[in-house]
Order: sequence, then structure tokens, then C-alpha cells
Amino acid sequence: MSERASPSAGAVEWLARRAEAFVLPLAALIVGLLAFSVFLLFLGKSPLQLFELMWRGGFGSWFSVQNTLSRAAPLLLSALCVALPARLGLVVIGGEGAIVLGGVAAAAAGYALSGAPAFVGIVAMGLASMAAGALWIGAVGALRHYRAVNETISSLLMAYIAIALMNHFVEGPLRDPASLNKPSTHPIDPAFAIGDIPGMDVHWGLVVGIVACVISSILIEKTSWGFAARIAGGNVRAAQVQGLAVGPLIVGFCALAGGFAGLAGMIEVAAVQGNANASIAAGYGYTGILVAFLARHNPLAIIPVALLLGGIDASGGLLQRRMGLPDATVQVLQGMIFLVILFSETFYGRFKAFNPDLWQRRR
Amino acid sequence: MEPVDIGLWGVPLAILGGAIRVSTPFIFVSLGETITERSGRINLGLEGILVFGAMAAYAIAVMTGSPWLGVLGAAGTGAVFGLFHGWICKFPKVNDIAIGIALMLFGSGLAFFFGKPFIQPSAPDLPAISLGWWSDIPQVQAALSVNVLFLIGAALAFALWWAFRHTRAGLIVRVVGDSSDAARAMGLNPDTVRLLATAVGGAFAAVGGAYLSLYYPGSWNEGISSGQGLMAVALVIFARWNPLGCFAAALLFGGAGALGPALQSVGVTQGYYLFYAAPYILTLAIMVATSSPGRSLAGAPGELSITK
Repeated sequence: MSERASPSAGAVEWLARRAEAFVLPLAALIVGLLAFSVFLLFLGKSPLQLFELMWRGGFGSWFSVQNTLSRAAPLLLSALCVALPARLGLVVIGGEGAIVLGGVAAAAAGYALSGAPAFVGIVAMGLASMAAGALWIGAVGALRHYRAVNETISSLLMAYIAIALMNHFVEGPLRDPASLNKPSTHPIDPAFAIGDIPGMDVHWGLVVGIVACVISSILIEKTSWGFAARIAGGNVRAAQVQGLAVGPLIVGFCALAGGFAGLAGMIEVAAVQGNANASIAAGYGYTGILVAFLARHNPLAIIPVALLLGGIDASGGLLQRRMGLPDATVQVLQGMIFLVILFSETFYGRFKAFNPDLWQRRR
Repeated sequence: MEPVDIGLWGVPLAILGGAIRVSTPFIFVSLGETITERSGRINLGLEGILVFGAMAAYAIAVMTGSPWLGVLGAAGTGAVFGLFHGWICKFPKVNDIAIGIALMLFGSGLAFFFGKPFIQPSAPDLPAISLGWWSDIPQVQAALSVNVLFLIGAALAFALWWAFRHTRAGLIVRVVGDSSDAARAMGLNPDTVRLLATAVGGAFAAVGGAYLSLYYPGSWNEGISSGQGLMAVALVIFARWNPLGCFAAALLFGGAGALGPALQSVGVTQGYYLFYAAPYILTLAIMVATSSPGRSLAGAPGELSITK
């Protein structure tokens, strides 16, 4: 394409190339919402009221925006746990396991280091949680590459094992005898609690999540590792022929992904719960799958998508109170959006408007 | 009846009884998945279908008073989910594994949505046949109280094993699963065969769910499934897509699942939560042991995306 007519032609071409990745998911999102509206109409509920409440509960006031931002923080990190391995062609869906183990590891570190300077304690908790998560998802990657074990199934099995391990620690060796009604680990030193961002009722976890997304984006787009990962994701054989160390690449990306998910568990412990208990298995790992697929595994796109789904999540309580809908309503809506998003994959490359050549020929 | 003290014999007996009781959902889900996978598709959404089937069966049983109508209704809903999966996956570039994940979330979400009013009322149970009449020991009688669905599942395993080998329908499913091109050359439409195979697989999985809510544990709540639908998918790989292998593997998994409660019943409370992880660890260990990077799996359908 040497005969580029003018700078504006280049811009149109650039736009046409990117527009598809933006317009199709957006259209799928709208179709998903429409499908959900039909579902509500069948039940005799008003979709308009639902969307109004969803707006109010998620984004309508400063209070609800802060609530949404707080919920988006763990989603950013758990979505990365899906998006990073996806660059290598792996479908890892067991982020929930890394989250709960990260939470337990962070709680153990935070209790063991009681009395230490706050900075040391927080860093140790973060490292412990990342190590636990990295070990868990890294193992999934290693099994995939060296033993050809399907990573989708193994990661979900590992998530069930992780939840059993968490129950074991929370009810057994790490249990705080004072926690009678809700078994929990010993509380972390209050000095290690992660506070709020100044001027907001949102904890620092949001910043951690955004930074993690930016780092991941740089890793994938700007480094040779990211480039190698993209080659291996396209064709493992070709990557091996090129002399790329595919095994370490897969294990490394999976470990980093698990580390981020583990960090989400640490943030739940250090910023929200104050100890590890069954509440850290809140399903962020599963919503993160949807976030990553909606963002088409692009780390920067994860940021707005996580905010959107965090907002939908945040409005769940309001829907329950005002419209008498069960708390699973949000899950049904998410499932519908997820199905439509996956279905929309079939339309990529089918619309002429997104073909840069078309815009060139017209000129 | 007074329980007789039989000491540590209680553990293997409880595992045997548990294997029979816990394995039934595994049998149905894995047989259903075998049919689907033999046709060349994989449906990871069976977990969601199983949960929805559990809810539908329970709700119908509460409303009609008949557990068998519940089982039939559940099979119907499972077939609808399966048809949906089969239809959506025939479009180019749509990934059957990802659709399965979405269906897992959607099916359980829908089940919790509609199942909310049915958590309180109690439904009639499915009947059990007592095969322990020859013994005076209540524990033996309890272990050998076998549900009808278990017997149907066992019969189905043999029937399917025979059908895959000796019937035209079995041959058609196998051809489509091994090579779409060969199937087209024979004048078969692979998409139609896979659509039907996924629908049947969904119906089977939903019956597995019906067993959970109508017999053991015998109630409907949001934690009814502990991943049976997913483990059954792994079990199919282990069983090498052979219905008889599925039956044997399901018994093994049932026994592993019964380990935790069995040990608890004889007073082992240390590390008790770890035993709940036994079925998952066993599944994972079996997957590691039976997979290999060097060769493709023996007996795997050629068109299956999971083994490619």
C-alpha cells in the first residue's frame, strides 16, 4: 500500500481497521441488553425501569459511582487472569482459585507480620498473594504445555481445590477462635489495611488494577515477550521453529496472570474484609471471564468494560429492592451478554464497511 | 432400627454406598457428554444445564406432585439448552468451548432466577429399591438402597456402548465426529447430527441434575451442584469416549466424593475440608496421567477441538 493518497486517507484506513474491534462488541452489548429486555417483558417487568435503576445504582450519583469503582477493582485484576493467557491461545477460567488463595496467603502474611512497619507488611502481603496466585495458574500453564492437560478444565478443577483449601485454612489451622458465626482467619494488623484514595470513598485497589492493566498492555504490545506470545498464540509450531522458548513463555504468562488474580484476593482482604473468610470467593473470578471476553482480551479495553460490569453488579441490590427481582438477575443479564458477545465473533470480517481496502478504492 | 457398631468397616461400606449414591449424576452427564463429543463437539455448559435441570425437576415435582414428571421436564429443558448450544456453534468462528463457559454461567443464573421460590417447599423424592434385604445390619441396607435412576443409568451405559458399535445411528455419530468431510461425502449433514447429539447430551445432563434435587441430596438450593457437570466432562476424556468406561469412572468418582462424609461419620474431623477436594484432585491426577504432549489421545474423535 505505497500509494497512500493523503494523510486523511491513512486516517480513514486506520479508523476502519480499529472500528470493527469497537463497533461489534458495542453492538453485541446492545443486542444482549435488548434480549434481556424481551426476557423481562415476558415476566411482566418493565425494562425501562430496570435500565433506569441500573443507571441510578451504578452511575447516577457520586455515591453509586464510588461503589462501582470499588467493585471494578478486583474485576480489572481477575480479567487480566483470563486475558493474558488468552494471548497465547489458552482459555483459563479458574481465576477464582487464585483469588481465594491469594487472599488466604495475604491474610497469613498480614497476621504473621503484625507489628512490622506498614509498608513492609503491605508489600509482604502483596508478594505472598501474588506468589500463591502465580503458583496456582502457573501450574495450569505448565500442565498445559508439558503434559497437554486441557487448561480450561484443569483451571476450573484447581479453583474448586483452592476453595476447599481456603475452607481448610479458614476453619482449621488459621482460624481465629473469636470468629464464631463466620469462620475467619486471624485479622491482619490494622496498620496494613489499604486505605481510600484521597477525596474518594474508593480504596487504592482501583489504582493497582489500572496500573496492572497498563503494565500488561505494555508487556503485550511493546516488549519482545509480548511479541513472542502473540506468535505462539497464533501458531505454536511456528513459534518453536523460530526458536522461541514456548514452554517458559506459557508458564510465565500464566504465572503473571495468576499473580494479578492473587493480588485481587489480597486487596479484598486488606481493603475490604480485614481477614480471609468465605466472602473472598465472591465470584469476581467468574465475572472477570466475561470482562476479558468483552474486552477481546485487550488489557486497556478491560478498564472501561470492568467499570461497566462493576456498575451492573453494583445495581443488583437496588433491582432486588425496587423491582422484586431475585439477586441472580445480574447473572442472567451477564450470561445473555456473554452469549451474544461470543456469537458476534462470527461477524468479524463480514462487513465491508470495516475493510480498509474499500475506503482506499473509493478515493 | 438401631445402628449396629461395625467399627472401621463403616468406611468402605459408606464409600460403596456413596459410590452408588453419588455416581448417578456423573453417569448421566458423562454419557450425555460422550454422545456430544463423539459427534465432534464439546459442551462445557453441561454444568449450567445440570443446575437448571435440578431446579426444573424440583419445581415441576413440587407443582405436580410427581417426581417422574419432574425428571421428564428437566430432560426437556436440558434438550432445549443443548439445541441452543448446537445451533449457535454451527456458525463459523464461534468457539464451542467459550460458548460452553457462557452457558455454564447463564444456565445457573437462570436456575437461581427462577428457582428462588422453590427453595422452601419440599418436593416428593424419587423412589429407591432396597437391595440390602439379605442383611440385618442397617448400614448395609442403607448403602444398598439403590435409586431407580442409577439402574437406568447403568442400563443406558450398556445400551449406548452397544449402539455406538452396532447401529446405524451410532455409526453416523462416529463418522461425523471423526471427519466432517467424510460425513459430507456420505451425504450426511454434520451440523444437524451435532445439533441432535448436543440436544441429547443436554437432556442427559439435566436428568443428572434432577437426581441431585429429587433424590440425593434431595433438595433445591443454589449450592446444589459442586461441579459434577464439569468433572463429568473430564471423566469422559479419562473414559476414552467409551460409555462403559464412563460408568466405571463415575463409580470411582462417586467413591472419592463419598470419602469426606464417610470419614466424618467415623469421627475423623482433622483436615475434613481437604477430603472434599478429593474428587477434584482425583480428576486432575487422572487428566495428568492420561494426557501426553507427544501423541493424541487414543480413541479421541478427530473433530474434537479439545484434543487438537
